[in-house]
Amino acid sequence: MIKRNNLLVHAVLIAGAVLMMFPFVWQILMSLSTNAEVQSVTPHLWPSKFQWGNYAEVFRQVPFLDQLRTSVWITVVRVLAQIAFCTLAGYAFARMQFRGKAIVLGAVLSILMVPSQVYLLPQYEIVQDLGLLGSMTGLLLPGLFSAFGTFLMRTAFLNLPSELEEAARLDGANPFQVFWHVMLPLIRPSISVLAITSTLWSWNELLWPLVVATQSEDMPLSAGLATLINDRTVNYPVVLAASLLATAPVLIMFILLQRRVIDGLATSGLK
Amino acid sequence: MKRRDGFWPWLFIAPLTAGVSVFYLWPIVKTAWLSLTESGVFGGTTFTGLDNYTSLFQDGDLYRSIGNTLLYTAIVLLNIPIAIVVASLMNTPGLRGASVYRVLYFLPYVAMPTAVAMVWRIIFNGDFGVVNYVLGWFGIDGPYWISTPGFAIVAVSVVGLWSSVGFSVIVLGSGLKQIPPELYEAAELDGASRVRQFFSITVPLLTPSIAFLSIVTVISGFQLFDLLYAVLGNSYSNPTIYSSMSLVYMFYEAGFVTNEKGLAAAIAMVVLVLVALATLVQFRLQKRWVHID
Repeated sequence: MIKRNNLLVHAVLIAGAVLMMFPFVWQILMSLSTNAEVQSVTPHLWPSKFQWGNYAEVFRQVPFLDQLRTSVWITVVRVLAQIAFCTLAGYAFARMQFRGKAIVLGAVLSILMVPSQVYLLPQYEIVQDLGLLGSMTGLLLPGLFSAFGTFLMRTAFLNLPSELEEAARLDGANPFQVFWHVMLPLIRPSISVLAITSTLWSWNELLWPLVVATQSEDMPLSAGLATLINDRTVNYPVVLAASLLATAPVLIMFILLQRRVIDGLATSGLK
Repeated sequence: MKRRDGFWPWLFIAPLTAGVSVFYLWPIVKTAWLSLTESGVFGGTTFTGLDNYTSLFQDGDLYRSIGNTLLYTAIVLLNIPIAIVVASLMNTPGLRGASVYRVLYFLPYVAMPTAVAMVWRIIFNGDFGVVNYVLGWFGIDGPYWISTPGFAIVAVSVVGLWSSVGFSVIVLGSGLKQIPPELYEAAELDGASRVRQFFSITVPLLTPSIAFLSIVTVISGFQLFDLLYAVLGNSYSNPTIYSSMSLVYMFYEAGFVTNEKGLAAAIAMVVLVLVALATLVQFRLQKRWVHID
């Protein structure tokens, strides 16, 4: 009885999963087809011969490796910087007393309510004035600091008991030593949530790199692909292959770390 | 006893607050100011008062963009009812492979928008797309989705819907775990059907998660840019973009393509006000329908 019910549940869930997966499957199949097959009026379900050469073409027709390097570099630096700055600030906001704390914290968190367009133009002007347009530094600068990360880290530190901290202080540790040796290791799960969410955000981000990087060699993959889509000289299968290669790292990261990502997103609730 | 930590807290918050002040707080003030100015061809800005706003409000583009943004948001909101059904099916007691389903439904949310855009462009292609091919089975002659005003924004919304279901499934899934199973057992004893249980127990007890998701969806819907830009292409390659653009796309065009910084700043301020209003209205409405025990 229960078994038969579950069969129906599986049927519905599988049908949904097929719809969700269809674009990915289609993308893989089309990336291995010829341009003519992609554009045939009756869709080809299966390429007549796998065109692995399309993947080699990506590296010939697109500055893919430059863009990959940029994506990796800005993501790594931003994630490390966000972890460093947000844990430090989050700790102070959660566990320390100082004059003006409420005001500073309120100002930082207010940014969470503001759509990103509101600060984009002046950010651009600052980077322009510093002569950093098109540079790696220009690409990563505003993303080094995160109000959301600060919020996440503050919440993590707020939930810790105070006994350990007090004990370490009595042993004569200074506040930085307490933070570094005692408190930081305790919020490791939250730090990994921050690392995962900021990786996703940085890897997929489009608008900022699109305005800051003007040459396609200077762009990260997300912006590079966006310009590629508008470029009529590169054919469909090659663009599809490039797109798959570009998004594969985050998809693989997610599949490997799925439990952590899902728990993290469910508890932190963010977009 | 209140302990003061001397200069330490300031050392701790210095890097973050410096960065946030320079790159976020100051820019907000600057944008508000920019929206009241016009930038000259040779640089320099002149104060023009509310001119940008008056010309913006007289421009049909603004209302079309707001309309497109609202339509997109409305379609993407459908992800919530879909996700409620999916999440509660995944929550079926004794169901095997639930975690596999979760991964499959969630992958579109993780994927890079610009990377999935190309395949969606092909799926929606007017001549050789699968969508029109399937419509053809039913004798429907599908439109050129990407390049026809009105249809383009619907195509983008479908992609938005596809990519957001997974996130809602996760959030609702954790909401479902908090519903005590005894409630269902009691309902079972009273002879309530599965469907009845769904509407009388599951949905009401999920209202906090539903409220959260609808706010998140509306806020991110108002910021539609990535998918629109990636699926439809830019104004050089697809002129339809002007009739299909979102508020943020309009901001991007003004700020970085036609270089009307003051106008762009005014659009940004309009987005800010609309998002604030939408959030406020939802918080108000929540009091009426969100179940809190």
